[in-house]
Amino acid sequence: MKKTLATMALAATMVAGPVMADLVFPSLSYRTGPYAAGGIPFADGYADYFTLLNERDGGIGGVKAKLLECETGYNTEKGVECYEATKGEGALVYQPLSTGITYQLIPKTTADDIPMHTMGYGRTSAANGAVFSHTFNYPANYWNGASIGINHLLEINGGDIKGKKVALVYHNSAYGKEPIRTLEELSKKHGYELNLVPVDHPGQEQKSQWLQIRRDKPDYVIMYGWGVMNQVAIQEAANIRFPMENFIGIWWSGAEHDVLSAGDKANGYKAITFHGVGRDFPVFDDIKTHVVDKGLAAGAGDQVGNVLYNRGLYAAMLAAEAAKTAQGIHGTADITASMMRDGMEALEINEEKMTALGMPNFGPSFKVSCMNHGGPGLGGMTQWDAAAQKWNLISDFGPSDMEVIQPLIDADSAAYAKENSLEAGCK
Amino acid sequence: MFYREAGDYKTTYQDDNQTFPIKFDRYRYYFVLVVAFALIPFMLNDYWVNAIFMPFLIYSIAAIGLNILVGYCGQVSLGTGGFMAVGAYACYKFMTGIDIWLGGVQYALPPINIFFSVLLAGGVTAFVGVLFGLPSLRIKGFYLAVATLAAQFFLVWLFNKWEWAYNYSASGQINAPERFVFGVPVTGPNTEAWATYLFCLVFLTIVAVLARNLTRGSSGRKWMAIRDMDIAAEIIGVNPLKAKLTAFAVSSFFIGISGALFFSVYLGAVEVGEAFGINKSFLVLFMVIIGGLGSIFGSFAGAAFLVLLPVLLKNVLVSGLGWPTDLAAHFEFLIVGALIIGFLIAEPHGLAQLWRVAKEKLRLWPFPH
Repeated sequence: MKKTLATMALAATMVAGPVMADLVFPSLSYRTGPYAAGGIPFADGYADYFTLLNERDGGIGGVKAKLLECETGYNTEKGVECYEATKGEGALVYQPLSTGITYQLIPKTTADDIPMHTMGYGRTSAANGAVFSHTFNYPANYWNGASIGINHLLEINGGDIKGKKVALVYHNSAYGKEPIRTLEELSKKHGYELNLVPVDHPGQEQKSQWLQIRRDKPDYVIMYGWGVMNQVAIQEAANIRFPMENFIGIWWSGAEHDVLSAGDKANGYKAITFHGVGRDFPVFDDIKTHVVDKGLAAGAGDQVGNVLYNRGLYAAMLAAEAAKTAQGIHGTADITASMMRDGMEALEINEEKMTALGMPNFGPSFKVSCMNHGGPGLGGMTQWDAAAQKWNLISDFGPSDMEVIQPLIDADSAAYAKENSLEAGCK
Repeated sequence: MFYREAGDYKTTYQDDNQTFPIKFDRYRYYFVLVVAFALIPFMLNDYWVNAIFMPFLIYSIAAIGLNILVGYCGQVSLGTGGFMAVGAYACYKFMTGIDIWLGGVQYALPPINIFFSVLLAGGVTAFVGVLFGLPSLRIKGFYLAVATLAAQFFLVWLFNKWEWAYNYSASGQINAPERFVFGVPVTGPNTEAWATYLFCLVFLTIVAVLARNLTRGSSGRKWMAIRDMDIAAEIIGVNPLKAKLTAFAVSSFFIGISGALFFSVYLGAVEVGEAFGINKSFLVLFMVIIGGLGSIFGSFAGAAFLVLLPVLLKNVLVSGLGWPTDLAAHFEFLIVGALIIGFLIAEPHGLAQLWRVAKEKLRLWPFPH
């Protein structure tokens, strides 16, 4: 059966014409299931950027990029199948867009010498590159996000949130539980009171949680949600007339589709971000000319400029830049996964580079090193304008409280190293 | 011509009572064993093991377990996902070393070998299964299904909440560290394809042989008596308490083993809500129903149908025909769903019944009356 499949695949590629496809970027996407609303724009953005590079620049360093898409449905078993199916094709870097799949792939990718980039999700302590050699989570992680949220509260309260009540509404999974420890540490430091409100997968039913919030009357609500959970939470918050400007989502809870269904009532809802929003960047003109107008856009092509589309674009840009860095280090255009890892570890993103790519001010400037796979952890705050139907960046990209986060990263990565008897260290 | 009892003389009662009384069946069984143990391990790569064989083997164990409860003893259970979770978390605790705090002092067992961890995890699950099987003495049918559904939700909630169960990790994920059998790694990232395959296959073989013989023996007959008519069974002297609880225990033992393997060998890291949710319970129940209630072969057939078909369809539609992944994923649901309905209309007793009919025909072939 395998042979027939191989021949069929071969036939299919021959029909499609000889494509020089060398740099393979697998995209473990999910366009189906309860998390598809977030999965589709991200996958589209990720795919469109590589199409843009192929069409405009003729690939990366002269070698075409090839996207291998595989549907995971946010399901770990399918994620394993996708990983095994694509890793033999010369996959350079994995971006599973799922914390559950990330946990599974961390040891596997390390054993197979393939890097993995979990941008703003995954295991936060992977920021310690001395332990997690093949996992990268620059430019920001969950704990940075939690701290940025608290910093924002400090800012609007004149630096004092003692005695304030903060509720955390979270997806009851590895993803949602990640920020709890950070928020607890920060509450010791700043003296606010933390309330935990878990929501079980997939989160379509949140009446009891929001009743609890209505009863407890927290001053602020922070949300770590994903998929259909976001829309429901925002709708429920509107139903209990919770003031939207006191409701802050992490970057996975702040896209157009999350707020649109609540209509005007969602006006003022805030979300943390680590990259630019909107489509006022020169790169979108290029995407229009080289991708959309040529009919090459991924998916339905209707997601261009959405928050999560931009994130996919950003992820692809960082991957492409890392590939270029790797090509520079090893002096060959035809890089392997192992070289890609070196490129990611030596990646440097600065303002000139981003401007040259048509993405000025799109994200923070940073430099990855072996000791720090997590980047600078900068983040900004966006707010939803329901009338104009767009997200606005309302703050600069500010730092998070690394004083609190770094010890947590060190402790968690040390625990991982001990559990797996790893020798920590930078080569 | 080949497939018949005639000419296969048996001179002892033992021979007469063997599992496969027909010679052809017996040789086929040996042949399958030889292929599975001696041939397939040499032909495997990572993809075939991790995407095809491992899920098939592990789900087969779960399906056999559930089949004993639902198919042989007639007790409907929707708690399979929860019981698999018990197996997984118990295995995790055993393989990392159980720690108990008594009066402020920590007592820690050393980590137990993975093979015995899996067996012990089965034992723990059997105990939990018996606990949740107690209501079956009072309630039947759909009401029992609801009671086991409660087990499903309770157990998932428990493993989300109970920090000791996941060694206080920040995210609530459990990760299988590297463990060895005879110096060969079977869990963790550095496993060889053949090692994990054989490890699961050994468990599946033990479980299948055990299940087959239990169901042929007196306990199996008691289960079936309870299934067919519990009052009549009681009158002829079957103790319903013992029969039902042994069915729950044996079934949960097998399901616990499958959960332990599912976590430690197959996925390597799980989070309870995602991996052992209600969907898992339904999936295994569908395997049993499609494969055939009250049939060991049916458990294999059902597991194969629901594990292999989606992978096959994905490969044909996406890799073969070049369809977009989302379209292919939606069509997978359509095709698998249509096939399930089609099969159940054509053969309400599942794939095992097709097999039985085929065998009956084969007995007469080539000279039917």
